[in-house]
Amino acid sequence: MFDSPRSVTPKFSSAPPLRRFFLRPARAGPPAVLAGALADAALAAVIAAVLFVPILGLVLDRSRLEPHLGRAAAAVAIVFAGRLGLAMAVRTGNWARLTGFAGRAASPARGGWSRGWSALAGRPLIGAGLALAVLGAFPFLPFANNYLLHVMSLTFIYILLAMGLNIVVGLAGLLDLGYVAFYAVGAYGYALLAKYAGVSFWLAIPLTAAIAASAGFLLGFPVLRMHGDYLAIVTLGFGEIIRMLLVNLTPITGGPNGIEAPRPTLAGLAFTASPPPGTRAFHEAFGLEFSPAQRYIFMYLAILVFMLGAVGVFLRLKRMPIGRAWEALKENEVAARALGIDPTTTKLAAFMMGASFAGVGGAFYAGMEGFINPTSFTFIESAMILAIVVLGGMGSVAGVILAAVGVTLLPELFREFGNYRMLVFGLAMVFVMIWRPEGLLRVARRSVERRTDAR
Amino acid sequence: MILLAQQLINGLILGSIYGLIAIGYTMVYGIIGMINFAHGEIYMISAYLFAIFLALCGAFGVDSLPVALLVTLALTIAVTATYGWAVERIAYRPLRGSSKLAPLISAIGMSLVLQNYVQLAQGAREQGMRELFGGVLRFGSGSDFFQVTYIQLLIVAAAIAAMAALTFLIRRTPLGRACRATQEDRIMAGLLGIDTDRVISLVFVIGASMAAVAGVLITLNFGSFDFYIGFLAGVKAFTAAVLGGIGSLPGAMLGGIVLGLAESLFAGFVKTDYKDVFAFVLLVSVLIFRPSGLLGRPEVEKI
Repeated sequence: MFDSPRSVTPKFSSAPPLRRFFLRPARAGPPAVLAGALADAALAAVIAAVLFVPILGLVLDRSRLEPHLGRAAAAVAIVFAGRLGLAMAVRTGNWARLTGFAGRAASPARGGWSRGWSALAGRPLIGAGLALAVLGAFPFLPFANNYLLHVMSLTFIYILLAMGLNIVVGLAGLLDLGYVAFYAVGAYGYALLAKYAGVSFWLAIPLTAAIAASAGFLLGFPVLRMHGDYLAIVTLGFGEIIRMLLVNLTPITGGPNGIEAPRPTLAGLAFTASPPPGTRAFHEAFGLEFSPAQRYIFMYLAILVFMLGAVGVFLRLKRMPIGRAWEALKENEVAARALGIDPTTTKLAAFMMGASFAGVGGAFYAGMEGFINPTSFTFIESAMILAIVVLGGMGSVAGVILAAVGVTLLPELFREFGNYRMLVFGLAMVFVMIWRPEGLLRVARRSVERRTDAR
Repeated sequence: MILLAQQLINGLILGSIYGLIAIGYTMVYGIIGMINFAHGEIYMISAYLFAIFLALCGAFGVDSLPVALLVTLALTIAVTATYGWAVERIAYRPLRGSSKLAPLISAIGMSLVLQNYVQLAQGAREQGMRELFGGVLRFGSGSDFFQVTYIQLLIVAAAIAAMAALTFLIRRTPLGRACRATQEDRIMAGLLGIDTDRVISLVFVIGASMAAVAGVLITLNFGSFDFYIGFLAGVKAFTAAVLGGIGSLPGAMLGGIVLGLAESLFAGFVKTDYKDVFAFVLLVSVLIFRPSGLLGRPEVEKI
């Protein structure tokens, strides 16, 4: 009798953050419930009125005001109705049922997902082959057009970048808010190497990785002794410094006007209708009709291969001694030092490794777009890449891919909604974090366990 | 000499503004250990609110400038503080106790929301405001002079007054004692009967009020603003907070003034284009030699 495990529900710790978001449920009769909920919603409406009437209701036109009180009233009404519904749901106990459903649905799926994923992760070649086959066939499907391929290539670049930042933030636990600096170093590194040294794209890839890693070393060496949050502002500053240098060093970088980056070739075969004299074009060599789609498909496949390579490198690094050392440092720096891990060199390795991923991503971005300028490398890019890593679940691969698709593809699909798209995107960031503070897919913590089942 | 004096004055003005915004960062960081990325946007909103309420005063026929200014200042502080409170309530309170990065992402999301909300509501164009009162004090003779406008004097006076009020609140009142206790040890403060959630809300309200004062003063001085001013001001103010030692109130003010002076001296004597670069280089060099900022307490590692 006593050895059957009793299920004990911890009272406080299990409350999900969404639950804590709302008021405590009151056990009372229906009229009291309604009155309480109404009072609650009325208070929310008053606060909403204070917030919305000046900004939303009165539009500034020089020193005159143009009243738009209707939309302020609408916003207040939405807050009132929403808060009333939520307060009722919480007070009648229905809220727990609603969210309980979400919680139950998620956990077995997560188990299935991560088990399937780790089976693949154990055999990276099979996983990569599978992904390569599925995604590689995509450009040849009838509905694939140039725009779609371009957007997907961009998504792959973001996955590549997110893998790099995942090393820095997810594994080593260093908060880097200026990751875009290394992306910019990669993109401009390629463009400048091509312009001044005539370096070809494929030779530039390892070079940009090395340049970005050196930039990581230069930044990391002085700052990695600092405490975590100081690192955040210093990296943010570094990102801004790089961007300002790009804007202001007009003679070299072209300043705000940007710089041209030659498009990559396939073993010297260019993807243009009329290749420069002395070279051959891809369609001539293979006896095909010229079509711009060839270039899009080529870039798509090239980026796909590198993206999968990055995922593979990430998964291997995570299991290597250096990856374990990063995670140990993140968990407890003092304990890790006691085990003989040198924090500065280990962190520096993470920083440089992450930077080299960004360098490659930048070179691909420059090669794909054919033209780059500093507006592509603002703080918001860093924030997006960090959001991908955190929304996806730090250290997780499947979650990061999922989040990268969400963060790059969804705003692209809703482009016609203009500024509303960014408003909704920001709201989504807030609510996903409240809903799942650990990210969409939480990584199963690798730990040593005694096996009880016979094998 | 004249240029030096002029740049020192400009730097002091700029630094007071940075310092006022930095207070919001430093207090929030001190109490819950998060970087409130939406704070710059709160400052941006206060600039809009100031212009809107001033126009409203005009529409209601408030003719006396001092009365209109005082009423507008009070309203701006009140509504901005409500924005600060609401941001904490919606985006940060549900994430209390989760990992460090979750509130950061939530804050970045909130900052996007506020920026686009203001842009959608008020339009993307740059807003301008006429000069409310002129008048300068001139020092020197002939063409060799440097000047201080009355508005600049007002900025310094208001920044000192705001700092004094805040210091009094934190050092001398029960609310301030609760704040300090919560900053020291949140769980212990809770056990001693302090409603820590209320204290945290209060910190956001104070931070937003200080940002509102900064927003009002800067709008009085420059007269133009748009929905994007929050980002750079926020980054600079956060830099100032870290420079002074994050978590320390006098540090925020000192960091702001050091940063403002450094920036305007660099702009005056070296090159304007690189003044922001110089600000960050200064930050990095200070942090290398004093890792917890100018007035920050060194971190004690407990094992």
